[in-house]
Amino acid sequence: MNTESRNRHLIELASIAKTYGVGAYAMHALRGIDLHIDKGEFVAVMGPSGSGKSTCMNILGCLDTPTSGTYLFNGIEVGALSRDQRALLRRNYLGFVFQGFNLLNRTSALENVELPLIYRGASASERHRRGHEALEAVGLAGWESHTPSELSGGQEQRVAIARALVIEPEVLMADEPTGNLDSTCSREIMELLCSFNKERGITIVMVTHDLEMARYSQRTIRFLDGLIDSEESNGGKRS
Amino acid sequence: MIWQTILLALRAIRRNVLRSSLTILGIVIGVAAVITMVTLGDGATAQVTTDISKLGSNMLQVRPGQGFRGPGGTRSTADMFDVDDAEGISREIFGLEAVAPTASRSQQAIYGNKNWSTSVMGTTNPYFQVRDWELESGRQFTEGELRSGRTVCILGSTVRDELFGDQDPLGATIRLQKLSCQVIGVLESKGQTGFGHDQDDMVMVPLRTLQRRIAGNTDVDAIYVSAQKGMSTTAVKEDIEALMREQRRIAPGEDDDFHVRDMQEIVSTLTSTTRVLTGLLGAVAAVSLLVGGIGIMNIMLVSVTERTREIGTRLAIGALERDVLMQFLIEAVVLSSFGGFFGIILGLLAAATGAHVLGMPFVLNLGIVANAVVFSAAVGVIFGFFPARKAARLDPIEALRHE
Repeated sequence: MNTESRNRHLIELASIAKTYGVGAYAMHALRGIDLHIDKGEFVAVMGPSGSGKSTCMNILGCLDTPTSGTYLFNGIEVGALSRDQRALLRRNYLGFVFQGFNLLNRTSALENVELPLIYRGASASERHRRGHEALEAVGLAGWESHTPSELSGGQEQRVAIARALVIEPEVLMADEPTGNLDSTCSREIMELLCSFNKERGITIVMVTHDLEMARYSQRTIRFLDGLIDSEESNGGKRS
Repeated sequence: MIWQTILLALRAIRRNVLRSSLTILGIVIGVAAVITMVTLGDGATAQVTTDISKLGSNMLQVRPGQGFRGPGGTRSTADMFDVDDAEGISREIFGLEAVAPTASRSQQAIYGNKNWSTSVMGTTNPYFQVRDWELESGRQFTEGELRSGRTVCILGSTVRDELFGDQDPLGATIRLQKLSCQVIGVLESKGQTGFGHDQDDMVMVPLRTLQRRIAGNTDVDAIYVSAQKGMSTTAVKEDIEALMREQRRIAPGEDDDFHVRDMQEIVSTLTSTTRVLTGLLGAVAAVSLLVGGIGIMNIMLVSVTERTREIGTRLAIGALERDVLMQFLIEAVVLSSFGGFFGIILGLLAAATGAHVLGMPFVLNLGIVANAVVFSAAVGVIFGFFPARKAARLDPIEALRHE
């Protein structure tokens, strides 16, 4: 890395477009997005269905590649990476939290949290130690051997957050993390995410429909018809 | 990493015990069927071999005609042997232990109000030696009885049982058609041959008695020869063949009109027959193994569809294509190996039971067990590959959205 990298943004999208299909049937999900996200930021992404925010999240999460434009993650051109290289990027730098939790059924909380470490080739003792730590960090110490069906929705999402955090990611991608939870649980989850953002400096990109949840973030980006409609900062933490 | 993947696979299998066990049932049955069939077949082969060696492994049979050749090859005009041929063999051939000419006819044996259809064989005393056959009671023929063709007989144990029951037959007189015969001995039981032929179902009389009083000619059907211990039966066979060609005046280049069989030949003919049968049965059983493999593929495909979200999650958190491929492949291999393991146990148990019921020896064929292990693992790889590749190639975005 050269000296320039110090000034570089963690995430840099430049005229990103994504088109599904061809010709008359082409569907333009993204029509040219420019976006920067810095290390340590907490960004909320909002917008109606079909506005392109999910597509943008998939591209940010290296699950999808843009049709055109450049996406630099930590200075790496993601569009040029192979499927497996993107998987390695996700494995080492990205954590995912989903609306539907996506925990493995009939598998204990601890085993769920250990899963990303298995793919990293961590030893059993290291996995156990870090798994326990991650569960403790989300307030689920003592629940290690419970399976998802024995946990409440809020607890399940905490396990999912622990799974995302156990690899100490650069960025946490949260896709409507409170979408399936009641308001009390939602607030607890948001406070948990905020604390990780502040205390550990983990960058968070979160899609949400809920304005109240978006207020926990430092910046809100609104999508409309495949373009960024507006950007506003919350609480004056950032201009 | 591979160990990790095996643990993961075991975990996935444990999560759905009922379905996993139903899946492996196909393999269990397939492997068990193959092992049972092959083990029983080997048992049958072993039994045929021991049965035939009971006949005496140094024994040769000389018969007119061309033996095992097809129907077109048999010369109907082949001259029968007579006693001189047997004497010629015993005089000219080196290294023989005993030579016994024999001739047989089917006859009714009658005693009191009982009658039994059996085979009457005329022969001489060396026959006991050739066949290694002892008397249970009584005595062999005397020289005088043989020379003058007296009406005396020695009973096989089946005939004794049928005609006399528990009574002592020695000294009694039975009738063979119109011929009255005094019983002078009883043979000890030899049991059945590999073909299911009862060797004890016969009555022995002096050769001359049979020729004169029953058959009405001087023909000899077969000459039984036993080689001395340590003599090669192949060499003896060649010597006899040369002698017989000379005596029967067969020109060089012409086919023999007689046939010398040694036991090796009979053993190999019979065992090759049972081997073919074993192979056939094994092949039929292998089809069920194939069906079991398709069962595994079916369940793995269901499993991939059912676990699409899980696969999506794994891919999202950084599993490589080959990680997912290996996971499902190893799951299939572990499943089929379990099936193979239980199939081997079940198959060996079934074979042991079957061998016991059928009164056959239980021959443990480690080769087929090893084959079953390798084959069932291979079934897992082959039939698990397609579902595993399907899983590995899933688009994580689509997979995560899957309901």
